[in-house]
Amino acid sequence: MAAFYSEKVMDHFTNPRNVGEIENANGIGEIGNAKCGDIMKMYIRVENGVIADVKFKTFGCGSAIATSSIATEMIMGKTIEEALQLSNKAVVEALDGLPSHKIHCSVLAEQAIKAAIADYYQRQGIDPEPIVGKLQSAEEIEACHL
Amino acid sequence: MIQKMVYADNAATTKLAPEALAAMMPYLTEEYGNPSSLYAFGQSAREGVTAARETVAACLGCLPAEVYFTSGGSEADNWAIKMAAAAMKQKGKHHIISTEFEHHAVLHTLDALKKQGFEVTLLPVYDNGIVRVEDVAAALRPETGLVTVMFANNEIGTVQPIAAIGALCRDAGVLFHTDAVQAVGHIPVNFAEMNIDMLSLSAHKFHGPKGVGALLCRRGVRFGNLIDGGAQENRRRAGTENTAGIVGMATALKLCCDRMEDTMPAVTQKRDRLIDGLLAACVRSRLNGDRTARLPGNVNISFEGIEGESLLLMLDMFGICASSGSACTSGSLDPSHVLLSIGLEHAVAHGSLRLTIAEDTTNEDIDYILEKVPPVVARLREMSPLWEHIIKAD
Repeated sequence: MAAFYSEKVMDHFTNPRNVGEIENANGIGEIGNAKCGDIMKMYIRVENGVIADVKFKTFGCGSAIATSSIATEMIMGKTIEEALQLSNKAVVEALDGLPSHKIHCSVLAEQAIKAAIADYYQRQGIDPEPIVGKLQSAEEIEACHL
Repeated sequence: MIQKMVYADNAATTKLAPEALAAMMPYLTEEYGNPSSLYAFGQSAREGVTAARETVAACLGCLPAEVYFTSGGSEADNWAIKMAAAAMKQKGKHHIISTEFEHHAVLHTLDALKKQGFEVTLLPVYDNGIVRVEDVAAALRPETGLVTVMFANNEIGTVQPIAAIGALCRDAGVLFHTDAVQAVGHIPVNFAEMNIDMLSLSAHKFHGPKGVGALLCRRGVRFGNLIDGGAQENRRRAGTENTAGIVGMATALKLCCDRMEDTMPAVTQKRDRLIDGLLAACVRSRLNGDRTARLPGNVNISFEGIEGESLLLMLDMFGICASSGSACTSGSLDPSHVLLSIGLEHAVAHGSLRLTIAEDTTNEDIDYILEKVPPVVARLREMSPLWEHIIKAD
């Protein structure tokens, strides 16, 4: 099965970075659902507009765990604006590719980060939609496609 | 360092028996003649095929003339069901009864027939994974022409009441086919005594080679050809015989059947130790499928809060080969139809682990699995937000 995924994916799956929760997180985003077999939860601590800390918890397949892990690495220490620029394509490239039916995992990772940032803005009393954009709808989640 | 490997995916395929390989070797080397050729050289290959047919018949309680060699289980299923349907149509019958949790070789064949206008009733298998004979009886109609029920399920290992369904169908005058791919070589199967009309089997599930199987078809049952061409297999299945494969299959089957009295209780005992150990070590885990009406080597457990593919990947790092019914391992968006058919929620079905052991699985192998699986489950749960939700809800 190892050949199924790139070495990078296996590395992030077997030694996931930044797993866990942040106690004093000021932004938490959860995306996906149990029915579809993957849920990603991102915790961020934003200080002075910078992602000072990020952690994740993921229920899902190997690539779901690997994409969460590498996505946290890619936004750690970045400004919110930079973190919002993170695309699922960049996540896939950073992992040296994903099997085609696993691309949706990278979309989940991108969405989970956006959801955490949206939550951060909401807590600040700022409407996140003009900044973060529209997150996936309940119907999209229910359909198990991303 | 050579990493330890524990192969626990014998429902996917098995190791070729050395005796089967030895029996095959002459036909892969010097005895390469075509069994259909007239000269003596071809005839010695023919003798190999003939002897294999007699062996298979003796092991499974049918006549040699009722054995038709195929390329495997999927071909046998397709052949039996499609040709039974064609024969039904001529008699003006259009209704087929099967179950929700058949192998895809059966379910997808039935889907194809539905598009041709056949009506298919898929019976429920309840939470124990066993179809009820009274449900089969209640589903029979004047226009029913075929009942097809698997002998034992490939994912959860539950053994179906085949003899009772066979008797029912024989009384009703309805053709009865069983996909016995997971059962043959592992539990007693008797074609005549169980009133089976057609039965599919596959060699590589009982330590025979891949690419060979058989359809048993009761004498007197009229059915057409799936593969037309030469006159092989009594004009029923064209194509030069896979002599080595056929001989290897018969050798492996005879070994399994001769040893079954000893291997069945021995494998069952290891299976039960595995089930008890895993359920005791992991909270919120459940055995899928009936505990006793179950193949000797089948363990299928769901661990709540985790996803099967990540579980398999981690076990692979410890050299444990297993499988899962999660959507990610099936390559589709839904988890296994078998696990859904026994009433599992999607989330629980995603967290399933199938371990299928064999005669050569040792007690040390069982200990190794029992040592490795629970910490992997715990580790995945620790990073799972779903597990967090489950714990909070308690």
